[in-house]
Amino acid sequence: MKPIKTPQQAIENMRDGCSIMVGGFISCGRPLAVLDAIYEKGLKNLTIISNDTSKEETGIIKLVMAGRVSRFIGSYIGMNRIMGEKLKSGEVKIELVPQGTFVERIRAAGAGLGGVLTPTGLGTAIAEGKEVLTVDGKKYLLEKPLKADFAVVKANRADKYGNGFSAGSSKNFNVAMAMAADHVIMEAEEIVEPGGLDPEKVTFPCVFIHTLVPVAKPVKGGK
Amino acid sequence: MEDNMRLRIAKRIARELPDNSIVNLGIGIPTLVTNFIPGGKGILLHSENGFIGLGAPAQPGQEDPNLVNAGGEAATIVPGGCCFDSSMSFAIIRGGHLDYTILGALEVDEEGNLANYTIPGKFIPGIGGAMDLSVGAKNVVIAMEHVSKHGEPKIVKKCSLPLTAPKQVNLIVTELAFIRATEAGLVLEEIAEDTTVEEVIKNTGARLIVAEKLGRF
Repeated sequence: MKPIKTPQQAIENMRDGCSIMVGGFISCGRPLAVLDAIYEKGLKNLTIISNDTSKEETGIIKLVMAGRVSRFIGSYIGMNRIMGEKLKSGEVKIELVPQGTFVERIRAAGAGLGGVLTPTGLGTAIAEGKEVLTVDGKKYLLEKPLKADFAVVKANRADKYGNGFSAGSSKNFNVAMAMAADHVIMEAEEIVEPGGLDPEKVTFPCVFIHTLVPVAKPVKGGK
Repeated sequence: MEDNMRLRIAKRIARELPDNSIVNLGIGIPTLVTNFIPGGKGILLHSENGFIGLGAPAQPGQEDPNLVNAGGEAATIVPGGCCFDSSMSFAIIRGGHLDYTILGALEVDEEGNLANYTIPGKFIPGIGGAMDLSVGAKNVVIAMEHVSKHGEPKIVKKCSLPLTAPKQVNLIVTELAFIRATEAGLVLEEIAEDTTVEEVIKNTGARLIVAEKLGRF
């Protein structure tokens, strides 16, 4: 069984300067309650690893605007002008990664692999300073694993062992990130007893999850 | 560009998609292609944020917070669709399982090189899925205006902007022309009904090989 905590309790061990993976794609499958707790706690000098920074001035952007994020690794920051300003001013060190490479680097870290050999990025600025390997006559870029101190992910439903289910397109980066951090916090809109989740429909195997945080369901019709 | 010109590009591309193909549409003109995909052909749209079977935008009041398209807008999934995580989604793309990717472009050149993610000195919005899509999809189709807002050719001899991917473009469809990228160079296969070969060449920065049997669209 995994401890069930409030967002505040769940981040007790987070310290200034730590790296945090944040699941979600734009607003879908975003663990906003824990992000709010990180903001309230005043944590700073954070490395945030997330596909994007979303459109709204919530979650990651709220942390960025408060000057708490020193480094961001992701694939897209174009939805929000704030990140453009931070990139220009140099206040946040931003590393942009192709989206498929981003998720596969994370999965590699979680799967115990030493990296990923991908054709994506060959012959582009992404390849600068990286090793190119030839396998069976085909060239690939060596991309290194990406891991973090913490991952914050979101599920629709979880059981008390930490098995989780995510519907529709809310699985996105949550699944790979749950594999790739030392401590994984999973927000769940519903927490059920063992047996309350069909084992055939588990998106997150319990083995990856350390802490559960019950959260409210998003309002239908929201962005 | 006028809406009817954008729709013309989308309509021509839709005709190109074979039955039962899996297609990913980028934002802008590529999204318009959905208007021209007839039902019953078994074509399914891949949404890189995690599903196959992207349907119409969700009706107001019917939005599901767990289902959005690659632009983050509330979406629907068609009967026969399937959901997966981002790692699987990009395995589909990179592994060569996606039949078509339809993308916008800033520049395309004679070698089929594509530049569509950044203009140096301006804001870099990011790369998103563009590099993986152009490297991984079986067919890379560019849907774009023939010239830039300033009237400069977007089909050029050599891309001057940072590349998204080298030598991956297969087709370029604009409001004026249908061009196939081949080993020999760019082949002008069709021109729009209201233009001439001379006008297309005048507005193109790259060498065009005019097909023997030139079509119209």
